[in-house]
Amino acid sequence: MVQAAAVGEEQGGAPLGTERPLIPVVPRAGIPIAGAVLVFVIVAIATNSLWMLTFCHVVGGGLWTAIDLFVGFVVGPIMGRMSIPARAEFSARFLPKMVIIMPTVVTATLAAGYQLALTVGNLNSDSPNHAWLVVSFCVVGVMAVIALGVLEPANVGVIFEMNKPIPDGRIIERLMKRFMLTAAITGAMQVATLIIMTRVASR
Amino acid sequence: MSELDGGHASTGDLVERRYPPVDVLATIALGLVIVGGIFMASFVPRHVPLFLPVVVLSTAFILLFVAAFLLTRIEDFAWDKFRLVYKWALLAYVVEAGVIAFAFVRDHTHGVALLVLLGMLLVFAVSVPTTIAYTVARFAKGLDGKS
Repeated sequence: MVQAAAVGEEQGGAPLGTERPLIPVVPRAGIPIAGAVLVFVIVAIATNSLWMLTFCHVVGGGLWTAIDLFVGFVVGPIMGRMSIPARAEFSARFLPKMVIIMPTVVTATLAAGYQLALTVGNLNSDSPNHAWLVVSFCVVGVMAVIALGVLEPANVGVIFEMNKPIPDGRIIERLMKRFMLTAAITGAMQVATLIIMTRVASR
Repeated sequence: MSELDGGHASTGDLVERRYPPVDVLATIALGLVIVGGIFMASFVPRHVPLFLPVVVLSTAFILLFVAAFLLTRIEDFAWDKFRLVYKWALLAYVVEAGVIAFAFVRDHTHGVALLVLLGMLLVFAVSVPTTIAYTVARFAKGLDGKS
């Protein structure tokens, strides 16, 4: 991508000033897909279909956990060792997709999961799974604050910075540092989620 | 100077400049309503004691108002970028809050409990766009000299 070339040029390469295409903050092609997912979730809740609710919750939750762990512990460290131009090019393609994927996946997982828990009775206080579900709420709460209050703003901030005629590496570095600082917490919470959900499903 | 620096000494003030903790306040407000939501959800479908959720929701609203007040007092702020990001993020998070609200309404949550939950979703729908837009706007003035 030309964007990456320009960032690379700042490190002592060719002169700056070449035209760079803007990085879309939200990929437009993804909006109908996200919309379709949310409509599916609404239909699942409205019809109280056990299969649809289970599908939304299991697929959404699986994606959420897998993406968080994979990005935090596999992609993140690899990115950290990439050259600056390669890192910039990867980020320019990767971050906009995350802006649309993660909120959609999280909303589908939580909304369907709450309805599913109500439908199968796991939320009832006399259910053996009740305490586990309350713990899972707390775990999800921690992840939600990190994702929505810390990571999502950094994600959008990096994209805007990279869209400047001359991106400032220090601003990008400062915002990206949030991902590294929270990776361990998010990872621990996701492992806790896996333990809780597999326990709930096997009782 | 860091590896990513690229020799940008002229934008040092953007990185170093101290801003009011608008994002921190909005994120604490978000955290509070999440705590309140967890408390309420842990009682469903039984009767939910509303004292704690109401206190938490009121505190969250106060924090958001303080954040908004501090925001309006910032001088030399990229308001155009803030508005641009805020309106689209608000649209996205209102849709998300709407989906969650639908689940509660569908489950016959009603009365004061529903009002408190809707208030919490309002805080959710406002606090996240505030944090995103503020984060973008505070770093918006770049080497091009424009916001």
